[in-house]
Amino acid sequence: MDNLQKNITENKAVDNFDNKLSTLNLGPTHPATHGIFQNVLKMDGERIHSSEQTLGYIHRAFEKIAERRPYNQIRPLTDRLNYCSSPINNIGWDMTVEKLIGIEIPKRVDYLRVIIMELARIADHLICNSVIAVDTGALTGFTYVFQERERIYEIFEEICGARLTTNIGRIGGFERDFNETANKKLKLFLKEFPKRFKDFETLLCRNRIFMDRIINVGPISAERALNYGFTGPNLRAAGIDYDVRAMNPYSSYQDFEFKIPVGENGDTFDRFMVRQEEIKQSLSIINQAMDMMPEGPYHADVPEFYLPPKTDVYTKMEALIYHFKIIMGETKVPEGEVYFSVEGANGELGYYLISDGGRSPYRLHFRRPCFIYYQAFSEMIKGALLSDAIVTMSSMNVIAGELDA
Amino acid sequence: MTNEELKTHLLSLIPQATFVETGEFLEIFIHSENILPLMKNLKDDEKTQFDYLFCLTCIDRISSFEVVYHLLSKNYKHILVVKSTISNIENPQTETVSHIWKTAEFHEREVYDLFGVKFINHPDLRRIFLEDDWKGFPLRKNYSDPNMIEL
Repeated sequence: MDNLQKNITENKAVDNFDNKLSTLNLGPTHPATHGIFQNVLKMDGERIHSSEQTLGYIHRAFEKIAERRPYNQIRPLTDRLNYCSSPINNIGWDMTVEKLIGIEIPKRVDYLRVIIMELARIADHLICNSVIAVDTGALTGFTYVFQERERIYEIFEEICGARLTTNIGRIGGFERDFNETANKKLKLFLKEFPKRFKDFETLLCRNRIFMDRIINVGPISAERALNYGFTGPNLRAAGIDYDVRAMNPYSSYQDFEFKIPVGENGDTFDRFMVRQEEIKQSLSIINQAMDMMPEGPYHADVPEFYLPPKTDVYTKMEALIYHFKIIMGETKVPEGEVYFSVEGANGELGYYLISDGGRSPYRLHFRRPCFIYYQAFSEMIKGALLSDAIVTMSSMNVIAGELDA
Repeated sequence: MTNEELKTHLLSLIPQATFVETGEFLEIFIHSENILPLMKNLKDDEKTQFDYLFCLTCIDRISSFEVVYHLLSKNYKHILVVKSTISNIENPQTETVSHIWKTAEFHEREVYDLFGVKFINHPDLRRIFLEDDWKGFPLRKNYSDPNMIEL
């Protein structure tokens, strides 16, 4: 702040305006914000004096809607939280309900889930990192990795039939196993992606202009980050090795070996590099899961909660009854309260679920990482240039869907 | 600290507190008047060091409101759930913890927006998602809207 005041007094151009601040509305729809939220900036010439965030432009009241829906129908809502990595949200929700009910999941389902979640993480990080580059003016890398993201989406399509809002999986497992095409596409992806990714990395990581634009931009200290409740890559960039996958392993993450990359300064460069490294770690996890994939069923044996296959519904009386009961939300879930969190692409994605034994949750709260770390934005960009604020925002990976819920 | 040690420590701070241990984490139930000294102590005490508030939300229990704080200590890796009951449902209010954990600022605005629980001494208590002139608080169980279809 003191530096800022000095800048203001030394800057004659600003003096001519009698030190008056101008207001700039960044958003709600602005090409640089990648989502619908508003920043009202008080500008000193090109420096940001202070800023204020306005949220809620796409608030869809998911927590309220969830109070009126059967458990199986809440999964599509979670798709629309962080829509760059929907599978992680879907699987997180399924696992929350499984924890409430107390279902034991076969090992194979765990491994299949790990593969899907790590693919989603790669897709999310690719978007984030390539968009940082786009915001600094480097468009080429973006076109490289978007092709790779497309391959990931094709794999999702093969598994569940959808690409962006996937609604992947069921309570208790998956609706079907990975088919041959999915496996083939996955293997091809694992073979070819590292080379493409290397191309992307060499394009940017030794690029003088790019480095100048991101080093020391939008830093946050470890202590402040923790106080703000940061999680995920943004916290790790500040130097704290907190990762839900390691701290509180779910879905058999303890079976895999992976490193948790950490940064030092918590600036845009660190956030970029942490995500780059995490993509490599995710690839290694997928490879390990493919190698160690156990045989077995692709869903748990819980007919009261797991939607039966359509062929059974049409031919077997019992399957038809369960199908009807599950769709209408007539199966009984136990009373209770669970907090379950997964390591989403942006950080700790938590589900706080309270059930009174009824057909829908009594209360469901989504702990959304974006919403929580976005409040630090105004502190991080104070005194910075406007163009740096844009890069800071894209490196934090603020996703409007997760912000508003 | 183990759950037992935490319990004795907490009882020395608030003797009338009750505990629930059936769930995954240790839960402490207190009245909302005691919230501020307890939270300050939990954050600053060398023995507890709850430096990370990872979830803050509210539950409408019809006869009362329950504000739920999930706390974690990065050093000791222990977790505590604090449930503070607000019995005044006409005009629910409680002290803010946003000066202890900065992250609570948006959380509390969210709770105010959707439940109408006022946080005393909050730096900027406004609605966060809904418009300023929105009538009622949607996540309350008695909220009704003409467009909402009864199930």
